[in-house]
Amino acid sequence: MAGLSFLERLKAGEILVADGATGTNLQARGLPTGTPTEAWLFDRPDEVVRLEREFVQAGADIILTNTFGGTAVKLQGHGWGERMAEVNRRAVELARQAVGDADVFVAGSIGPTGQLLKPMGSMEPEEAEAQFAAQARVLAEAGVDFLVIETQFDLGEATAAVKGVRSVCSLPLVVSFSYDRGTRTMMGVRPQKMAQEMSALDVDVLGINCGRSLDDNLSALQELAASARLPIWFKPNAGLPKLDEENRPIYDVTPEMMGAYTNTWIAEGARIVGGCCGTTPQHLQAIATVVKNR
Amino acid sequence: MEEVLKEIFQSIIDGDQKLTPQKVQEALDAGLEPGYILNEGMVAAMSEVGRLFEEGEYFVPEMLIAARAMQAGLAVLKPKMVEANIQSIGKVVAGTVKGDLHDIGKNLVCMMLEGAAFEIIDLGSDVPPEKFVEAVEKNGANIVAMSALLTTTMPNMKTTIEALKAAGLRGKVKVMVGGAPLTAKYAEEIGADGYAPDASRAVALAKDLVS
Ligand code: B1M
Repeated sequence: MAGLSFLERLKAGEILVADGATGTNLQARGLPTGTPTEAWLFDRPDEVVRLEREFVQAGADIILTNTFGGTAVKLQGHGWGERMAEVNRRAVELARQAVGDADVFVAGSIGPTGQLLKPMGSMEPEEAEAQFAAQARVLAEAGVDFLVIETQFDLGEATAAVKGVRSVCSLPLVVSFSYDRGTRTMMGVRPQKMAQEMSALDVDVLGINCGRSLDDNLSALQELAASARLPIWFKPNAGLPKLDEENRPIYDVTPEMMGAYTNTWIAEGARIVGGCCGTTPQHLQAIATVVKNR
Repeated sequence: MEEVLKEIFQSIIDGDQKLTPQKVQEALDAGLEPGYILNEGMVAAMSEVGRLFEEGEYFVPEMLIAARAMQAGLAVLKPKMVEANIQSIGKVVAGTVKGDLHDIGKNLVCMMLEGAAFEIIDLGSDVPPEKFVEAVEKNGANIVAMSALLTTTMPNMKTTIEALKAAGLRGKVKVMVGGAPLTAKYAEEIGADGYAPDASRAVALAKDLVS
């Protein structure tokens, strides 16, 4: 369905394949732990493009930019706050390069600020909103097809993110939460509550990414599907890692296992499927093969 | 157990920042020992909160609110502990390592250590090695207590230990570490003097290190 927009393709009933993990794959390729993935936009752009290209070859219809930690406040944790615009522009450029002529969308990834909002933490909601607005503006101007606010856990921060995005652009918008306590986020938010609050905002797709086990992710999907009227984005992690001798994470969910779940995800209501932490291009290929052979 | 201790316990579980200090005051007025109030009422409550979190009954907000209630109670208790002539048994420079903003566990450990009569110099979170070094020098600390919750920031514990070495302080100060992704083996590998899996064992370890 070449030439159609993201929302048009969803409307036409298509099941789309999103990409796999950025961070864990770059780490497996040598990104030192503790270094933000965004650093490789400048240090190893070839590796960033190679990974994204592998996802395209594996069957992804959507590539997310390497900008998960791309708000200025998050980048500042590594002293990169002032390079926010440069980082986000560069990431879109590299993703476009990886995608080339393929009929694949480039989506701008927006992750949490890494801080808690008041009264739990010290960040004002208005400050969070401004942070998200600034990142979204750069991503939009650099030409992403749509935006994905992901791995959210707090309704307040996610609301600030949506408001921030909406203050600068009207691109299609996905909001995805991480249920890392099973079917609750670490703040205790349930999928149903998330659906209710996020649907009241100007959001196009609701999602789940990066939780606990594949079964926990599936339970969260079922709960979300029961209350969501919007299309569902679903990128579970390949289970939780164990650490090897060198403290490198080992994910024991195989590509076959993820492939074996894919039809269930779709049957339970997922319209866009992919994977989060631990999902290699091989895992993604297993997922994409199931989707394309339906 | 005394009724008032049960009330302190419950007020912390409920995260009642007003009630906890009131009940601690009542317990003191009734002549209960500060150390007894601390351990039986407050530390026990925070362990219960930890259990509720592990079991998925409590989430981060409930845990943070409980910790604040505990802190409010501790503010009432502390002067009494000083009066009761429970002298400082050691100075601890504490912090979450560079790049890491998780401070809930570290704060609990600090509160417990404070309750156990350690003097705490809390450097907060995202603390670079040079700040640990500076604080140890300035305060003549006996212990450096580092926390890390991210696999990506754990190596900064090692960096800090090396900075202490480079500053010639490693022989003068004991290093203890903790945080969910750590293990005793890792602590040993990076050359720390001890590891504690939770706050109460952190107290036992700290006492051990200064004895
Ligand atoms: C010195 O001696 C000692 C001795 C004992 C010591 C000790 C020191 N320090 C601790 N102990 C021990 O005693 C304490 C009491 O018994 C214990 O302390 P703990 O700290 O273990 O336990 C606390 C009492 C309760 N536990 C906690 O407070 C941590 C809870 C979870 C939910 C968590 C929280 C709350 C937060 N987080 Co974050 N967070 C998670 C956690 C997931 C989980 N379910 O555990 C974890 C730790 N986080 C994680 C991540 C990835 C992140 N977080 C982030 C941010 C946050 C918040 C700011 C939102 C918030 C922190 C708020 C704050 N002010 O602390 C980001 C990083 C920010 C940063 N640079 O630090 C971010 C990167 C998320 C993002 N993508 O932005 C994961 C780490 C994975 C890993 N192993 O590397 C994580 C396991 C979640 C997950 N399931 O993936 C013991 O370990």
